[in-house]
Amino acid sequence: MKKGWDIPHPFFGGEEVRKILPYILLIPTFLVIILFIYWPAVYSFKLSLYRIAPFGNRMIFVGFKNFAKLFHNPEYINSISVTVIYVVSSMLITLFLSFFIAILLNMKLPGNAVYRTLIFAPYAISPAIAGTLWTFLLNPVVGHVNYFFSKFFGIQVEWLTTKPFALYALIFATVWKTLPFNIIFYLAGLQNIPDELLESSMIDGANAWTRTWKIIFPLLSPITFYLVIMNIISFMFASFAIIDVMTKGGPGDYTTTMIYRLFLDAFAFQRTGSAAAQSVIMFIIMAIVTIVYFKFGERRVHYQ
Amino acid sequence: MRKSRKKLITMLVAEAILIVFTIIVTLPLFLAITISLQKPETVFSYPPKLFPRSFHWQNYVEAFRLVPLARLMLNSLVIASSITLGKLFTGTLAGYAFANFRFKGKEVSFALLFATLFLPAETVMILPLFLIMKKFNWINTYWALIIPFTASATNTFLMRQHFLTIPRELEDAAKIDGASPMTYFRKILLPLSRSMLAGASIINFVYAWNMYLWPLIVTMEDRMKTVQIGVKMLIDAESANNWGVIMAGTVVALAPTLIVFLLLQNLFVKSLVRSGMKG
Repeated sequence: MKKGWDIPHPFFGGEEVRKILPYILLIPTFLVIILFIYWPAVYSFKLSLYRIAPFGNRMIFVGFKNFAKLFHNPEYINSISVTVIYVVSSMLITLFLSFFIAILLNMKLPGNAVYRTLIFAPYAISPAIAGTLWTFLLNPVVGHVNYFFSKFFGIQVEWLTTKPFALYALIFATVWKTLPFNIIFYLAGLQNIPDELLESSMIDGANAWTRTWKIIFPLLSPITFYLVIMNIISFMFASFAIIDVMTKGGPGDYTTTMIYRLFLDAFAFQRTGSAAAQSVIMFIIMAIVTIVYFKFGERRVHYQ
Repeated sequence: MRKSRKKLITMLVAEAILIVFTIIVTLPLFLAITISLQKPETVFSYPPKLFPRSFHWQNYVEAFRLVPLARLMLNSLVIASSITLGKLFTGTLAGYAFANFRFKGKEVSFALLFATLFLPAETVMILPLFLIMKKFNWINTYWALIIPFTASATNTFLMRQHFLTIPRELEDAAKIDGASPMTYFRKILLPLSRSMLAGASIINFVYAWNMYLWPLIVTMEDRMKTVQIGVKMLIDAESANNWGVIMAGTVVALAPTLIVFLLLQNLFVKSLVRSGMKG
């Protein structure tokens, strides 16, 4: 009763075929990876070594001049420092809050399923929509969060167009959007920690929180390490949408991060050589992140 | 008894913090829905209202009129589904090769794939990828929005990891029964991986649905854009004045992924953790 796929195919059947088959199986993946990741990477490296006329196809080889120029360009240096401030502060706030909330959710209090479901919800929301929601909430005329801040802290500002509030606004949206992702991973990690250990650190004495921080947090360090890597990637790149919707890099270039700078130089100002050099720099940063992850991460994934 | 009293207090404090926190996190979504149903005059009332005073469906009609939201939703659906299917196709095949076969160059190809694990091509590579799309004549087409994202290291490793957990004896038994490697793959391996495939699908779908930067630069005409861009088009069209209409469009754009997520949360969470924690 052999039909269709069941019949040993002359090509996919025999023992010799087991030797070729894996290569065939890899073709689709490698076709995509080579065409759309390796080729662009090499291509941007090549472009970064040229000066390219904005209109027309004139290309002049300039060596590493594009890179040298970038590091003397106050706009670019600024974008690096904006990125570092934005990434580090968003990350610290997100990690701290998510660890804290994960501990609470792990106590399995009454109503836990409801809290969990609702707290996880922003995971499904895109950065662009997170940006839109917070643009609304911080709107000086109609925004509820703006109203809250003016009522309770006396802060009445144009959030998205004044320093340093534009940066705060971005961080609000970023933290809100990323919290569920981090909480999900911390919760998964907490499930591997014996209950007695959790309970004893939570209940004994007034300094329960300090003890939790000192005992439980180190146990979750492999997860924290993974989240640091994932958050760096997400805040450096996916956050483009949040910035584009909320501040467009402004006021001035106050919130212009490296990815936003790259976008402006590549597509608004047509500085192809410079933008290619910026791509290469980000490519190198990601290579370093990847190497760090595999050097220090793999060993620490398994704990206990 | 002192210990249990302390325990009770800890629990009450924790409960209170959780409730407040849940409200804060949920509020943006709740308010988006509320505002999307209000007349312009209520939107501008001061202090802002927490609960809807009206059911002003007109905002939704207006949002669909200002921006071709229906078309953008369709684009997003086509793109996200195709990327999801593509990733499952390439990922299962390559995962099978890495999990069940020994071949020359396995380590090298594995390393080549691993190197791309943390490289979000849709952001880091925008410039060279855009120029390549130009060479292909793919600008402003579905191809540019789909094909570059139809394979990823994450998916391949997720599949490989799962296939490794399936007992080798099954493959041996299938071989004795005369099944070819592809029959074993189709008839035994894939059906045994159903829940993993479902989990990978929804994660890939949400990821693709939420893409922003790449669709922004690679599409020229409004009718080729995605719903994520649509929300921004709405803000620009309304010049951020009628928030009822903008929030209506936002609710439309976030509803599909949010509903899927709320319905399948456990699957989501399990798959997300599995895709992150290799091993």
